[in-house]
Amino acid sequence: MTAPITADPESVPAAARPGVRELHDQLERVWNDGPGLRGWLMSTDHKSLGKRYVITAFVFFLLGGVEAAMIRAQLARPENGLIGPDLYNQLFTMHGTTMMFLFAVPVMTAMSLYLVPLMIGSRDLAFPRLNAYGYYVYLLGGLFLYTSFFLNVGPDAGWFAYTPLSGPAYGVGKRVDVWAQTITFTEIAGIIAAIELIATIFKQRAPGMSLNRMPLFVWSALVMAFMILFAMPWVAVDSQFLAMDRLIGTHFFNQAEGGDALLWQHLFWFFGHPEVYIIFIPALGFVSTIIATFTRREIFGYPAMVLSLVATGFLGFGLWVHHMFATNIPQMGESFFTAASAMIAIPTGVQFFCWIATIWGGRPRFATPFLFILGFFAVFIIGGLSGVMIASVPFDLQVHDTFFIVAHLHYVLLGGGVFPLFAAFYYWFPKVTGRMLSERLGKWNFALFFIGVNVAFFPMHLLGLHGMPRRVYTYLAGTGWGDLNLVATIGAVTIFVSVVIFLVNVARSLANGELAGADPWGSSSTLEWATSSPPPSYNFAHLPVVEGRYPLWSRPIEPPVVTGLRTDERELLITTLLDARPDHRHRTPDPTIWPLLAALATGVTFIALIFTPWAAVVGGVLVIGPLVAWGWSKPKPGDPVIPEGVT
Amino acid sequence: MTARTLRGVLALAAAAAALACQRETRRFRESPPAATSETAVAMSELVPGPKTRDLPIRNPYERNAYAVSEGERLFNAYNCSGCHSHGGGGIGPALMDDQWIYGSDPENIFSTIVEGRPNGMPTFRGKIPNYQVWQIVAYVRSLSGLLPKDIAPARDDHMVAGPEPQRTEALRPKHAFTPSAADHP
Amino acid sequence: MRDWLQSALRPAGPEAASVHALWEFMLWTSVVVFVLVLGALAWGTFHRRPAGVAPTAEGAPGERRMTRVVSTAVGATALVLFVFLVFDFSTGRALTARRDAAVRIEVTGHQWWWEVNYYDSIPNRRVSTANEIHIPVGRPVLIRLNSQDVIHSFWAPDLNGKRDLIPGKESSLWIQADSPGVYHGQCAEFCGYQHAKMAFLVVADRPAEFARWYAGQADTAKTPTDSVTSRGQEVFLSSTCVMCHAIHGTPAGATIGPDLTHLASRRYIAAGSLPNTRGNLAGWILDAQGIKPGAHMPPNSLTPADLQALLAYLGTLK
Repeated sequence: MTAPITADPESVPAAARPGVRELHDQLERVWNDGPGLRGWLMSTDHKSLGKRYVITAFVFFLLGGVEAAMIRAQLARPENGLIGPDLYNQLFTMHGTTMMFLFAVPVMTAMSLYLVPLMIGSRDLAFPRLNAYGYYVYLLGGLFLYTSFFLNVGPDAGWFAYTPLSGPAYGVGKRVDVWAQTITFTEIAGIIAAIELIATIFKQRAPGMSLNRMPLFVWSALVMAFMILFAMPWVAVDSQFLAMDRLIGTHFFNQAEGGDALLWQHLFWFFGHPEVYIIFIPALGFVSTIIATFTRREIFGYPAMVLSLVATGFLGFGLWVHHMFATNIPQMGESFFTAASAMIAIPTGVQFFCWIATIWGGRPRFATPFLFILGFFAVFIIGGLSGVMIASVPFDLQVHDTFFIVAHLHYVLLGGGVFPLFAAFYYWFPKVTGRMLSERLGKWNFALFFIGVNVAFFPMHLLGLHGMPRRVYTYLAGTGWGDLNLVATIGAVTIFVSVVIFLVNVARSLANGELAGADPWGSSSTLEWATSSPPPSYNFAHLPVVEGRYPLWSRPIEPPVVTGLRTDERELLITTLLDARPDHRHRTPDPTIWPLLAALATGVTFIALIFTPWAAVVGGVLVIGPLVAWGWSKPKPGDPVIPEGVT
Repeated sequence: MTARTLRGVLALAAAAAALACQRETRRFRESPPAATSETAVAMSELVPGPKTRDLPIRNPYERNAYAVSEGERLFNAYNCSGCHSHGGGGIGPALMDDQWIYGSDPENIFSTIVEGRPNGMPTFRGKIPNYQVWQIVAYVRSLSGLLPKDIAPARDDHMVAGPEPQRTEALRPKHAFTPSAADHP
Repeated sequence: MRDWLQSALRPAGPEAASVHALWEFMLWTSVVVFVLVLGALAWGTFHRRPAGVAPTAEGAPGERRMTRVVSTAVGATALVLFVFLVFDFSTGRALTARRDAAVRIEVTGHQWWWEVNYYDSIPNRRVSTANEIHIPVGRPVLIRLNSQDVIHSFWAPDLNGKRDLIPGKESSLWIQADSPGVYHGQCAEFCGYQHAKMAFLVVADRPAEFARWYAGQADTAKTPTDSVTSRGQEVFLSSTCVMCHAIHGTPAGATIGPDLTHLASRRYIAAGSLPNTRGNLAGWILDAQGIKPGAHMPPNSLTPADLQALLAYLGTLK
């Protein structure tokens, strides 16, 4: 495990080496998940779990979209009788909870979990079994929420679940408990992903990939992971306080017994605002990666870009009170949060200007991913500008909790999250599946999505300014809001059609899409394009050695590689934090069923905790079993014998 | 998976759905008969014709969390708490213990509210719609733990006045006096 | 511009007007910024590139000029943000400046209606009403906000921004109307099933009218004079109504629902959901759940004669 090895830049190129076929077969035997359903359930491969993660998150995106469609159908006309207040409240709560907790954050961590090991030239994540556990906990949380929803136990106090409405006195039945426990599931999954990403990025980069050569997407993933690590515990604590208030009669949020209803909001938004950046920052990483590829030039101002990401990560924690301007917080205090909210526009501005400079200096190629990036610019800038507006306390007091905010947040999250995500789907789809998506359908997808988003959400700015509050299940005809709402609903239908086109595109591509080579775009810069599409289970036959920020652009004909890792066992190369010098070999564990069983035990515990506090005791015992077995089945520390081939 | 296990799973899912639905339904609009304030409980043993067997009256709201919470709200709104406090009693008897002067069955409590009782319990006939009386009945029974724990209310947002119904252990009612026909020889 | 029921873009008081001025500044600045940034992007994307010249790489001579341009853009961003902050802080100061309140009104949020109490040092000159707030025109009015149950938010966009009503934490808000008129407002914080139908009115009266209205409201209810309205009062006092509603001057004194002492003087019923007509009132009494599902008003079965008498009686409560 600790045998020191060195990377050999003058190593023999793979193709010229005798026994290449044997090497691949050997690695495939060692790194394969194993056959059949058993192998599928036991898998700890970051690619196979990452794919499942992304697909699961995308299914939740579709479900959240269906809920949005139902909301828009109800609001299309004034005094519409389609959906009553009870179901409507559940629908918008489910929409928000699904999109924020089950789609946006998980899909960003999932993309990172898939891409980061490939981009930094490693064979797997740092804690592969923990990764499997995290995925299953997330999956169970989502299934639990939706099962409850179909049993009419869908949460109905909003995705923000403000006390006292969500508290024991007004949140009747078990609906809010379902919400609180869903949050706990997803927070655990999020924190696990963060830990893995940080450890992997710090310790498993290919030799030569010092911090100042790290791809911008990896920087984004790192900043996101740290933000998750510092933001998510707050909401986990918050939701557990709420669950305790509701189940065992504690008084965290009971004003009469010394609790505080506003405490909920502080804790929630101390997580909730960074969460927006948790979604936005990896998207910035997609943008930088895709712009570099499709303009065929280096991103302008790499140090400024990295510093902006880090600055955004820090400032993101100083804004939470701007969600609470209408509560009676002293004006002086609010001013600080106005200033901080305005300040965060600066690092974002720096990145935008750098990208524009990059595009100016490059030769743009208008493939679908690049179109989505252009869409991102237009849509996100509108959301960003309205964001600066609502940083102003007086103005926010007019538009807070109105459709203006609905418009703003959808411009920010669709512009800053979903447009880059679709760009990323189109960009990396060939890598993941080995097949190209249709450019023709892709352009339709983009055009309809762009039109749909603007038609659906731009009128909402006006609705909010003209007095339409959020979360209303209906409105009177005399308000004058009917026409703009109808326009918004038409926009929502357009978005729906666009997403259907995307699904058709994916289905057609999987059936008989054009085959993609290792690097179908021809101008990619990052290491994942150095291996085949889809990547083999072991990612790289020989781990690459990196000599620049854009390793594939400065690659010599005979690229240097690492040799000396064992091929008969799962071994990772651990490098130093700053300079990524080879440090030691690490024997990483084999696939196992225990993470799945531990996740099931965790799930049973959390669900039972809704009904009885004793579940904590019984469930605690129940979870220990699989955890012990999990640790027991780990490989012994590697033998100190330096294997053949180490130079 | 055999057809039989599949059927079993489906039946189980259906049962779970039915239970969850019953607990979580929000029935805002009661049908007019339930909203009238005529009594639904026989007030006397005297019935025309031959004596028929009494069927126990089931309060549908005892399986519905929303209705019980409405009962709690009405209990305070209609100032039941003025005499019975939050179940602990004061001017009126305590409701969170196992002593039931006029019976603990839903129909007994219903009669007590609608008809009133000697020494202070006023009649609410005509003042409270029937369905609301049944909601209050369900809440009153939850105070001594007679309702399932997942349906009984959790703590309210006030000073603590006693253990919340959700965590009250069921107390076996002691019937000091039950006007029901069954107890008479 | 079309006829909006309520709008922040149609300021009718000094508070809303100063926010509106801030909005116009921000809107036009944003439009300029948007056009400049997207213009730069469009130019950067579509400008003609000399054939055969390789894209510039970092460190190439062209980069220096680019660095200057980008730095200038960042500096300009910071400058615009600074101007915005100054404008914003000065507007914020103006909104919360202390003044002498002409009237102090306590507004209490309930699921799903607004209780309105006018404070007066003489107890029997205090006025209690619901969902309709009268203010004297041109005078600053201090609204003190509280909640009985969950969090609500008081918002009359034509007059000022909103303020949350948080149980146990009193907050306050200034409003002032420059001209007489009826201004609509609505709850802006999600508060349960009928959050959508929790509206209110702010009626700005000329001082004389306001004084007349106030004197009328401070009075007790009229005693019925004919047999029909007497019967109506009897129905009110002997049925469900009396459990929740108060009519001053009668034994009805419950404070669970809106005070009905001067019900007939109000423009709307059901917290701004229905115009106050005899037919609407009848529908509301018989089947409130059909109009506001989840609201706390129960359905009532009354005989037609009793209903007519009750409506006649309620109609006298001017």
